[in-house]
Order: sequence, then structure tokens, then C-alpha cells
Amino acid sequence: MSASTTRRKTINRIVGLLSGLSAAIALFLLASILYTLIARGLPAFNLDMITKSMAPTGENGGLANAIVGSLIQVAIGMAIAIPIGILAGTYLAEYARDSKLAEATRFVSDVLLAAPSILVGLFVYTLLVATTKTYSGFAGGVALAVIAIPIIIRTTEDMLQLVPTPMREASAALGAPMYKTVTRITWRAALPGIMTGMLLALARIAGETAPLLFTSLGNLNWSTSLGKPMASLPIAIYQYAASPYEDLVQIAWAGALLITLGVLLINIVAQLVVGRKK
Amino acid sequence: MTEAVATKAILRPEPVRAHLPGAMLAADRLFSRTVQATGLLVLLMLGAIIVMLAIGAWPALRAVGLPFFWLPQWDSVNEQFGAGIMIYGTLVTSVIALLVAVPLSIGVAYFLTEILPDALRKPIGMTVQLLAAVPSIIYGMWGFFVLAPWLAEHFILDVADFFVDVPVLNKLFDYGSGNSIFTAGLVLAVMILPLITAMFVEILNATPVVLKEAVYGLGATRFEVIRDVAVPYGRRAMIGAVMLGLGRALGETMAVTFVIGNATRLSPNLFAQGATIASTIANEFSEAEFGSLKLSALLGLGLTLFIISFIVLLLSRRFVQKKVV
Amino acid sequence: MTQAPRMSSLADVVTRQNTLAGTTPFVTTRNLNFYYGDNHALKDINLEFPAKRVTALIGPSGCGKSTLLRVFNRMYSLYPGQRATGEVLMDGDNLIDPKIDATDLRARVGMVFQKPTPFPMSIHDNIAYGLKLHLKLSKAELEERVEWSLRKAALWEEAKDRLHSSALGMSGGQQQRLCIARTIAVKPEVLLFDEPTSALDPISTAKIEELIAELRADFTILIVTHSMQQAARCSDQTVFMYLGNVIEVGPTAQIFTNPSVQQTMEYVTGRFG
Repeated sequence: MSASTTRRKTINRIVGLLSGLSAAIALFLLASILYTLIARGLPAFNLDMITKSMAPTGENGGLANAIVGSLIQVAIGMAIAIPIGILAGTYLAEYARDSKLAEATRFVSDVLLAAPSILVGLFVYTLLVATTKTYSGFAGGVALAVIAIPIIIRTTEDMLQLVPTPMREASAALGAPMYKTVTRITWRAALPGIMTGMLLALARIAGETAPLLFTSLGNLNWSTSLGKPMASLPIAIYQYAASPYEDLVQIAWAGALLITLGVLLINIVAQLVVGRKK
Repeated sequence: MTEAVATKAILRPEPVRAHLPGAMLAADRLFSRTVQATGLLVLLMLGAIIVMLAIGAWPALRAVGLPFFWLPQWDSVNEQFGAGIMIYGTLVTSVIALLVAVPLSIGVAYFLTEILPDALRKPIGMTVQLLAAVPSIIYGMWGFFVLAPWLAEHFILDVADFFVDVPVLNKLFDYGSGNSIFTAGLVLAVMILPLITAMFVEILNATPVVLKEAVYGLGATRFEVIRDVAVPYGRRAMIGAVMLGLGRALGETMAVTFVIGNATRLSPNLFAQGATIASTIANEFSEAEFGSLKLSALLGLGLTLFIISFIVLLLSRRFVQKKVV
Repeated sequence: MTQAPRMSSLADVVTRQNTLAGTTPFVTTRNLNFYYGDNHALKDINLEFPAKRVTALIGPSGCGKSTLLRVFNRMYSLYPGQRATGEVLMDGDNLIDPKIDATDLRARVGMVFQKPTPFPMSIHDNIAYGLKLHLKLSKAELEERVEWSLRKAALWEEAKDRLHSSALGMSGGQQQRLCIARTIAVKPEVLLFDEPTSALDPISTAKIEELIAELRADFTILIVTHSMQQAARCSDQTVFMYLGNVIEVGPTAQIFTNPSVQQTMEYVTGRFG
């Protein structure tokens, strides 16, 4: 074996070791996050958390109002985002693949997808809060919808483009008008992918904090009124984590654990939906 | 012709039409209009975001003028506003994040695609993707409760001591606190690590097997195959992935707000408290009243952030057409 | 592709054999031209397709045979920039006249594609889909029609016990026969086959060819094929095309044994194309 071959093999081995080292560092960091989350969150992870509303320190409060508030706002967000996202994605994939308007819409959707979520919060603030002079759960839902829409558009378009053209032609050849082909054939063929997109959007907005800061604001009391400030899990975690009281910090960790478990669960389901298709 | 007519009679017994003539046509038109209108709505939404930010920022921009975008001043009491300090904080934290996360991601991606046994690649690859989905507030809390105290105790003092007599570096790494620009950069690095790694893994796996086999066939080592084939092949996409990571870091709010200290003053010391655009907006918005100049200045910060992230997006699109959600 | 001068002179010497003895033309094209944007893909096509006979369209790739087939059900109207001029006459209607509703037209002219295209739904629903588009049928009538078309497509025995399971679980050959069943369910007058067996194994191919021979009793059939043997086995009349022109048309036996144009001879004997 020549000297240069030996040298090359040594370099190869060193690179392998370095990559193993990076993997170990990354693994350590992420394990540290998960460990912290579980070690600090689990002690307060009990029934009180979902049965009691937020309360001042020392009063054994929970996160019930924040959980319900999150559910309401996420539901509003998805209810707005699903039809808009799917229709706009359908427009891009089925109706106007190469037109100028489609090109512009696609670009804008990409810009929205990459836009910092706090800007979405500012936008909805000027649109719905500054005009009505009140923070509201509805505004929070709208802000979450603006985050979810580009995600759903992107996955819907991608998944529809995977549907083979002959399938559309076969439907047209049977005399189906375009809307029948789209709603009965292509949507159905792309359904698992579109579902995955919706689940990913759901997971994303469930954990979003920044867009809610100046829209639904947060609320320490129980309120399900859409016209008033509404609590949400991420905002409640933010408020409690920054507080100087150990009991509130602990509830924040429990909330963080809950939200992480929820988001990861949705993601796993989303991956299973895709996996089943293959 | 008689035969044709007969055929018709046999094959089409009683043609009861399922739809009134024109009804399907009308439905078809309605659907295509709806779909197109929705596309237009999305288009208008971005326009509305820009316009509303610009309108909201107008009073502050008029009061300070164009220098708003670079003046390093933020004095709420005297209403002296500029974005300079926050732009500095935003860029520096993001650069730190990239400096730490990109090499690590390359190493991890190499490990995941080349070293790890086949059976483990899929589960570990999925885990990386899952971690990319963890809400950013979790990273912020971890930074605040774990990383910042640890750095304060074991890292900052020692590093500052070490560089105390070195010119330039003693200004960059001066005595400071656990909550700092440096800590924020590290938290961002940990946050974008799974994101960039997942994209790198995808890019490395996209190298055509025939190409790799051809180079293996010449007697190349694993590392040489990656260096000489996979990396050149996926170079553009990798730069695009880094840009996407940068975009994420620039606009991140929660992971930063927890650990940066939110001090709106300029300091070269990376261990000093600082502020990013997003953290300032998140932190000071509640103090701003409807219609105040400060509120306008915060919207101006938002506009600035939008412009920066827009530029980064344009750059990333030059390298990759396809985006990862 | 620009047209070579040699070819246009060939087109001039086309000897138009008249329709098969003892048949009536069911579909007739007159001065049919077709354009993909600026590309002139079909040039002055004048053909007659006899009722209840099989006409094969043959020729090398890009000769326009599939393009011609897709004119009969106006498939091209799905795509901007594609247009046809001239006349395609059936029952006194000009099929390419925009005044004729494309969805109605496609109920009269059915099409089967190169690759099987089962819809992502059950076998039963695949067939019901087209039926429900055009006809108001009672539940009993619908079931009857589904069975009729499956029997007609020689699929009933294999499918009757799994009517409500997904069509995607069938073999390629079964899927293609399902597509045929789906197409004939609405009882069209003309059937278009666009290389229907090119994605299938020999056994499935033989079944489809048998089926085409049976369907010939009820439908006027046009089939595009790359396989010389298939054209010879299945068709009554053969059209040989090249670069958008009809080079020769005549009874299949004659085209394959005694063509009048040299180029046809070279193609059918495999020396060119």
C-alpha cells in the first residue's frame, strides 16, 4: 500500500470520526432539551393542569383556559386556512400552472411561507386589533390561518402535481367537466398528501407563539368569547416561564411538555399518512 | 347510414340526461372562478401585509426619515427611534447561528447518510425531521433555563479571562451575562440544526447512485466520494438550505426573546445583552399605545425585518426552486 | 420538425383506397388540420372510418397518429395552444365545432389510454363515475349497467366478488379491462384506443385484443398501435401515417401484403420507422 493511499485512508477515518463527533454533539444537545422538558414538565403534568384555569402563584392553578383557548384559535385558523389553502393550491396545480397570475401567486405563497411569524402577528394587529381597538380570540385565529395557508397551498399543489395527467384525461374522456375531474378524481388521488399538509400546518400553528402576542394577547381568566382577549397555551407558557414564581414556572414546563407531545404526535400521524400511501 | 342509426337505437336506450344542459357548464365556471379568486386573495394578502406595515410605519418614518433604517438609537422616552441596534443584533445572532449550525449539520448529515448502518438511517432521519417541528418556544425555554445559566457559570468568565489581553477579541468576548447575543445565537443554532440537517440529508441522498458507484469504482474512499461527487452535485441546493436556515434564524422571535436580554444598546461585546428586531417587537409592543410614535416605530421595525427576510428568500430561491415546509 | 420535400411528394402519390366493401362510413374527416401552437401536426386528413369495423392507425413515433385519435373526442381542447381546423363528421355533426358540447361528445366517443388509468376508488365506482355524469339511473338500473359493462369487458367473473374494493389492487391487465368497461358503460358509438396494450404483458395483451374483436360487433373502433402484428390481427382497415400526412389507407390485408406505396412497404416490413 502506497503512502498516499495510507494518507487518504487516514483522512477518510478522521472525517468519519469528526462526523461521529458532530452527531454526538447534536444528539447531546437535543437529548438535553428533551430531558429538561420531561424532567421539569412531568412533576406538574397532572389532572389539575387540564381541569383548572390559570391562577396567581400559590393558588394551584392549571392551564385549562389556555388549552381551550388554543383549541378554539387553532380550530378557527384551520377552518379558514383549509378551504383557502386547498382552493389556491388547486388553482396553481390544475387551472393555471404557467400563467403570470399563477407565477405571482406561487411566489407570494413562498414569501408568506418564509415570512417571520411575528410579522403575521403585526399584520393581523393592524388589520383586526387596531381597527376594533380590542385584542380578540378571533384575531388570534386569523393570524394562525395566515401562517397555515401557505403551508397548505404548497403541499396541495405539490401533491396534485404528482397525480398523473392521464388520470385527468381519462376523466375528461368520459365526459366529465373540469370541476368534476378536480373534485372527484384528482383531489381523491392526492388526498393522503393533502391530509399530510393539513396535519403539518396544524402542528405548526399549534405551537406558534409570536403571532398571538398582539392578536389574542392572552388572558389569565376563563373566556371563550371570540371578541375578547383569549388565552392560549404558548402565550401562557411564555407568561409563566418568565415569572419569578417556581410554581408557575413548573406549570409552564408542564404546558411545554404537553404542547411538544401534541405537536410531535400530529407529525407522527402525518408521516404515517404519507407512509401508508407508498 | 341506416346501420349507424340502428346502432344508436340499440345502444342508447332512453337517454335520460343527468343534468340540464348548461347546468354542468355553469357549475364548472363557478368552480373555476372560485378557485381563481382564492389564488388572487392569497396574492392580495401579501400586498396587504406590506401596505399595512408601511402605513403603520409611516409616522415613524416621516419623523426620523430614511435614516430610521440604520440609525443605532432606540429611546422610548425621548421618542428617538432607529433600527440600527436591532439590525445589528439580528444579523450577529443569525451569523453565530450559522457558524455553529452549518458545520455541525454537515457532520451530522455525513454521519446519517454514510456512517450509520442502513437499518438505523430511516428511524434517525425521521427523528431529525420530528425535532425540526418542535415549537421554537421550547428552544427558548431550554436556552433560558439550561444553556444561559451553564454558559454564565462555566464559559463566559473563562473565555473573557482568556482573551483579556488579546486586542479585538477582548472587545468581542468581554465580561458579560448568560443572557446575551452569544447565547441567543447558540439557541438559534440548536433550533435550526435539525432543519438544515434534514435538508442536507435529503440533498446527499439525491446524488445519483451511478455517479457515486463510478467514483467508488475508481478506488475512492467514502469521504472522497462525498467531497468529489455528492457535494459538487448538491452544492446549489446546500447553499439554498443554508439560506433557508438563515431566513428562519433572522425572523425567530420566541427562541431569542427568552435569552437575549432585550437591551437596546449597541455593544461589540458578544457576551453583552442585546436585542433583535423580532425580540424588540415582542418585548416592547405591550408598552406601546394605540396611535403612538413608538407603535409606529415598532411597525417600522417589522417592515425592516420583512425587507431583510425577503432579500434572503430571494437569494435562497436562486439556489433551490423547491422549498421544504 | 420541418417537412422534408421528399415526403410531401410522397403524400401526393397517396392512393386513396375507398372504404371497405360492404360498409358505411360512420366517421368522416374532411381537410382536417391540427396545430400545436405553430407546429402543423396533421395535414389535410381525409379519411372514412366504417361503422362497426376496427381501423388501425400506424406509423413511426411522432407521425401524428395519436394526435389524430385525440381529435375525435376533442381531447386537445384541454390544452391551450392546440387547435384543429376542418371537419370531423359523425351523424351530420361536425365534432370539432365548439358548438357541440365537449362533454356530450365524449359520451358518444369513448377513449382508452396507453396506461391503465383506474380512478382511486372502488371497481364499482369507477364505472358508476362516468354513468352518473351523463345519465339519471335508478339504483337497480345502475347496478345492471355496471354488470353489463363488466361482462362486456370480460371482467365480471374476476370482479364480481370485489366490486367494492379499490380498483388500484387489480393487475395491470385487469385495470385496463376495467378502463374499457368504464368507457363502454355509457354506451358510446365510437371507441378510441391509444396504444392500449403497450404497458401490458403478452397474456393481458391477448385478452385485450380478443375483447376488441368482440366489441367490434357494437362499436366503431379506432386503435393506435406501435405493434404491426396487433394492427394485422385486430383491424379491418389500416391507415399508415408519416410526418402528419396519411401516406396510405386500405383494407388491412392489403396494407400488410401488397401496399401501393414503397414507404408503407418499408414500414410494415420493419425496414424503417
